[in-house]
Amino acid sequence: MRAHKIAALTASLALTASVAACSSSGSSSSDGGQVTLNYAIWDQTQESAMQKIIAAFEKQNPDIKVDIQLTPYADYFTKLQTAASGGSAPDVFWMNGPNFQLYAANGQLMPLSSLGVKTADYPSSMVSLYTYGNTLYGIPKDFDTVGLWYNKALFDAAGVAYPTANWTWADFQAAAAKLTDKAKGVYGVGATLEGQEDYYDTIFQAGGQVISADGKSSGYDSPASISGIQFWTNLIAKGDSPSLAQMNDTATIDMFESGKLAMYWGGSWDAVAFAGNANTKSNVDVTVLPEGVKRATVIHGLANVVYAKTAHPQQAEKFEQFLGSQQAADIEADTGTVIPAYNGTQQTWVKAYPQYDLQSFLDELPYAVPYPISKDTAAWNALEATDLTKAWDLSESAAAAAAQLSSGMNQALAKEGS
Amino acid sequence: MTEMATRDVAGPAGSRNASRAASPKGGAAPAAGRRRRGRGRGPNTSAWWALFFLAPTGIGLGVFYIWPVIQTFYYSFTSWGPFGGHTFTGLANYRSLLHDPALSSAFLNTLWYCLLGLLGIPVSLVLAQVLGRRGRKGVSVYRTLMFLPVITMPAAVAIVWRWLYNGDYGLVDELLSKVGIKGPYWISDPHTALIAVAIVGIWSTVGYNMVVLMAGIQGIPRTYYEAAELDGAGPVRQFLSVTLPLLTPSIFFVMVYSVIGSLQTFDLIYVLIGPTNAALPQSQSVIYLFYQDSFINNNRGYGAAMAFVLMLVVIAVTGLQFRLQKRWVHYG
Repeated sequence: MRAHKIAALTASLALTASVAACSSSGSSSSDGGQVTLNYAIWDQTQESAMQKIIAAFEKQNPDIKVDIQLTPYADYFTKLQTAASGGSAPDVFWMNGPNFQLYAANGQLMPLSSLGVKTADYPSSMVSLYTYGNTLYGIPKDFDTVGLWYNKALFDAAGVAYPTANWTWADFQAAAAKLTDKAKGVYGVGATLEGQEDYYDTIFQAGGQVISADGKSSGYDSPASISGIQFWTNLIAKGDSPSLAQMNDTATIDMFESGKLAMYWGGSWDAVAFAGNANTKSNVDVTVLPEGVKRATVIHGLANVVYAKTAHPQQAEKFEQFLGSQQAADIEADTGTVIPAYNGTQQTWVKAYPQYDLQSFLDELPYAVPYPISKDTAAWNALEATDLTKAWDLSESAAAAAAQLSSGMNQALAKEGS
Repeated sequence: MTEMATRDVAGPAGSRNASRAASPKGGAAPAAGRRRRGRGRGPNTSAWWALFFLAPTGIGLGVFYIWPVIQTFYYSFTSWGPFGGHTFTGLANYRSLLHDPALSSAFLNTLWYCLLGLLGIPVSLVLAQVLGRRGRKGVSVYRTLMFLPVITMPAAVAIVWRWLYNGDYGLVDELLSKVGIKGPYWISDPHTALIAVAIVGIWSTVGYNMVVLMAGIQGIPRTYYEAAELDGAGPVRQFLSVTLPLLTPSIFFVMVYSVIGSLQTFDLIYVLIGPTNAALPQSQSVIYLFYQDSFINNNRGYGAAMAFVLMLVVIAVTGLQFRLQKRWVHYG
């Protein structure tokens, strides 16, 4: 009897203890003087570069340990916002343009004014992207532009000359038509339903805009913007791109990597994945985007930010500073994953994959247009997904979808206030 | 059979239980209770012990189920900022629910998931009948195979089915093309997406239903079949006149369970369909919309209202099923 009681007591104590253990797995922990920081990122291809940077940091700071939290981009900001609402976001994390102002305006990010960051070390467009109300909240990590990736073997097979820096929209469209060979399941290009790599670029090239300069009204209703959208929907309608259903079943980047797409509009960050794939390792190359009414590409970049409510502000700031250093940028450049934001280290990145003309991404800088954002970018990004889907599956004209998107976006922007 | 045997052997214990059942409310008669427990120290200590042992489950239930329901009810009258903090807005959320066209179509889609999900029950019934017989060669292998989807993570299931459903390289369309049918882009075509999701839903619950029905079939006393056989009933007649009527309690349970499961369809849609899919409006469920509104658009209060309405619908549908069961369920 007594033994039974003791056993029962022990069992229920064990239960209670395990429940208590669950609740103590907060954002960070420290024991015996050593502090563990959590660092949230979303790109798996960059994980090893980040791991190398952390190793260098830990060597200099033996009392700080950094753990990477990798969350795929699709869920990254949903998870982050939920964690931040509960006061337990990671100590240091990646931030992007569309989400920056939301976090900065709501006091989730630590101001970095006391760190003495030399803003001249980074491209000015990146510094202004991560400045809110004259305060810097993030140190630029990298930047990226969009280029025209192409499959040399498919161009050779179709007898089409490789794209050049002088290509116009007409050259591009003619080549896409010639390269399409439906019997073999090969298409000229994939019209991905994606802003940054596809329709933002063409809207800017057509002379249109996504959001007005003051960030208060939608730019989708202008004829120029509509022609930027039609650029893609026409390719789908003509059959030079797979249909939206096909691209939904198989991602366009997968089609390009398996030799089913002759051309792919992709970012500078794609170089590392293409170089690691036997099909694209030496078979593909890249050049600048074709010229529309004018030349344009989207420029965007990430920053490292510190959580305002971190339990270890000093250690987090130390790590933040290291992430913004030239040493970290050099490690990043060597791996060829992304173009580091630290001025002077970009050439190292260009040389990381000599088989690709990566200089093209830097050649585009003079006419690069900043990624369109507002205080609550996610609200109208969701509308872009729903409304433009109707133009992409050809159930509505580009003009009708753009008109609907424009009015919905204006309503969303009005809600943001000042 | 075995149950009866043990009860017969434990004769005295059995009669003690019977005397307990005779008193209207179990432990209401303290004298009987004390005598029954023998070694105990009175009913009070026993009640405390009962509470003590119930506590881990009870506290868990309270903290993780009941308290959130109360909180959700309160939050459904509030409006939320992007990083928490809320203001009371009265019935505003419920008013906008009434005018949300996406919600009414999501309810319609969810209704379809329920109806299509019910088609899984006849399938499970046939499987239970075929795999329920003992002694057949390899029967446990097939039972395991049928049950495997139940214990597999829905996200993993959905990823594998995404490949199977692929319109260009998928196995499903490949097999269809062997018989000369050009298969659709199952999960990207607005006409087929809902059916495609429902098929995966059925596939992953058939194993569970099968086990419940199998247990039901095995619980039917052998004597009924012997009597039916004497009356000259063949296997089909036996199934229709003995098995089916006596299995109705199990079928009813499976039905209630399947409808509640279908009303909560989410993960399959999240992984199979995805946000930039032209078929999303024709296939999203109420829970998907709830996720979209509360976690992507950060309308937590609105999401809470939606969740609460869905809870009322679940209660109403289940209540209706319990009323209707009187007409067709036989408790042998």
